[in-house]
Amino acid sequence: MTQSKNRKLTIARAMAESVAQEMRADERVFVMGEDIGELGGVYGNTRGLLEEFGKDRIRDTPISETAFIGAAVGAAQDGMRPVVELMFVDFFGVCFDAIYNLMAKNIYFSGGALKVPMVLMTSTGGGYSDGGQHSQCLYGTFAHLPGMKVVAPSNAHDAKGLMTAAIRDDSPVVFMYHKRLQGMGWLGTEAGATVQTPEESYTVEIGKAAVSRAGTDVTIVSLGLGVHHALKAAEQLSEEGVEAEVIDLRSLVPLDRDTIRQSVAKTGRLIVVDEDYHSYGVSGEVIASVTEHDISVLKASPRRVAYPDVPIPFERGMEQFCLPSVEKIIAAYREIQPSRSPSAASV
Amino acid sequence: MMQPSLEQKLWMYEYMVLSRRCEEQIATIYMEGKSPVFNMANGTIPGEMHLSNGQEPVAVGVCAHLEAADVVTATHRPHHQAIAKGVDLDRMMAEIFGKATGLSGGRGGHMHLFDPEVNFACSGIIGQGMGPAVGAALSRKMQGKPGVAVAFIGEGATNQGAFHEALNLAAVWNVPFICVVEDNAWGISVAKEASTSVPRNDVRAASYGIPGHYVEGNDPYRIHEVAGEAIERARAGKGPSLIEVETFRLAGHFMGDAEGYRPEGEKDALFEIDPIPRMRQRLVDDGDASDEQLRQIEEKAEQRINKAIDFARESAEPRPEDALTAVFA
Repeated sequence: MTQSKNRKLTIARAMAESVAQEMRADERVFVMGEDIGELGGVYGNTRGLLEEFGKDRIRDTPISETAFIGAAVGAAQDGMRPVVELMFVDFFGVCFDAIYNLMAKNIYFSGGALKVPMVLMTSTGGGYSDGGQHSQCLYGTFAHLPGMKVVAPSNAHDAKGLMTAAIRDDSPVVFMYHKRLQGMGWLGTEAGATVQTPEESYTVEIGKAAVSRAGTDVTIVSLGLGVHHALKAAEQLSEEGVEAEVIDLRSLVPLDRDTIRQSVAKTGRLIVVDEDYHSYGVSGEVIASVTEHDISVLKASPRRVAYPDVPIPFERGMEQFCLPSVEKIIAAYREIQPSRSPSAASV
Repeated sequence: MMQPSLEQKLWMYEYMVLSRRCEEQIATIYMEGKSPVFNMANGTIPGEMHLSNGQEPVAVGVCAHLEAADVVTATHRPHHQAIAKGVDLDRMMAEIFGKATGLSGGRGGHMHLFDPEVNFACSGIIGQGMGPAVGAALSRKMQGKPGVAVAFIGEGATNQGAFHEALNLAAVWNVPFICVVEDNAWGISVAKEASTSVPRNDVRAASYGIPGHYVEGNDPYRIHEVAGEAIERARAGKGPSLIEVETFRLAGHFMGDAEGYRPEGEKDALFEIDPIPRMRQRLVDDGDASDEQLRQIEEKAEQRINKAIDFARESAEPRPEDALTAVFA
């Protein structure tokens, strides 16, 4: 992989670059969604595409998610490779039938006779007072339902590679990008997401987690923005001699359970950081992946730093109270850190 | 009226008969293992069963104009359209029986029949076939390949959001898409007048700036004519159309439906105008076919269905663990 000059890209640019490269290589790839043409996407992830590829392949749609996501399925089954945007993951309610009952099930219902090579890209995440219908993550909702692959990059390098892999996949892939990692003009961006990104085309394997930081004392598993909180928490813990291992899931479906298990077998302590709702979701799944496999590796109870089971409030103080944070990860570690006194309860 | 050619008339009759024999046989086999107490879970063919008796003219009138390369999406009541589209009969029957040799190895069943060879798919969600048909039409246009896409829906589906969104989108994109509404007057037990704000859905086409037609009388020749025009328009790049066809359901909504909601005498009156004997009589009266010729067509159809049933019965069941495969491409 070339390490050309300073090539730090935002996730927005990385996504657009991947799509452009795939569109140049394969005329069957096209993009549709609301405001992805003229505007270049509300999140900047299709900037420049309309100019290069034109209106036939870069289609601004009416506000008709059921129709255009259903159309993407039909086009994908007929030999095209659509990349469709659902502007906010929160909007899935108006079109979820086309997603989970149609897109996700047609390969299976056809016994494998059909392919559905489409990418559904959608924005996730809050923390900027956009309210309860524009701030959700909903990772668990999409990961839970069978038949669709789900990816969620934490940085531009992975975003580009995962998008390329998703476009080339003959199965439907839901590409969930976090708004606060995106690098758009209208919202602050986590600096750690904007990273060196190779110019050439490459893929990041779907279904493979990354060890973002090696460590021996505690495993912190996360995805998206949570990975950056975890890395910052790891830095702070390092100052007191605690080395945290940070796992960036990158994919939810398939879930890289092996990497999670190997890490916890090494450290004995597990914290899951998940901006999605606490119950019935990703954090519980990661924990169960460890405990059902070999509970003896755990030296302490697993911990989750997740969004509480409440709708997301508008007011800043309330919203920040609910969101995962570096402080909460540290506090979670305190609950399970090895005891100083030999007579204490935790091992 | 532009009559179908003699060849098309005989094709339509043959495929209406094939359809009806199929539904009659399935109705009998469906009841195997479900007595003395009817339990949908039991028997040779479990689950729901939605038969198309009486609606055959819609399928043949439209599909007479379609090639294998044209795309059709259909509903939970798909057999007549699948047969008219040229779906592999043996594998379709095997799929309905849930056998390993079925179109989907048993994973789909009667409501999820997929035959990529003839571009046929159906779905159990009301209106769900609209979007994919629009997308298939878009795909042909983008690839510069020929072909039209037809979405068959019931009149009940015209009140679902997917119907409206897809018609608008098809019109905005100007794609070769035709929506054919089978108006059998009943959405399970709710009559059309009780559910739909307009008596006929052809008027709704105006909302989307596309042509709309209503075809009365469950008449295969008339359906053939109107569908032909719409399909030609689409092939010529002139965009989508909406057609609603008056038809009727001789069977219940699903097998086991006691149909207490239908007014007394309604079904008896409909059996009097069963479209198959009507067409048979017309072919003879018009001098288009002899009684003997038609008898041969009918016998051939019966044998064809029996062959498919034998194939289905004799085929093995899938291995239970095959439930875990074919999730991803």
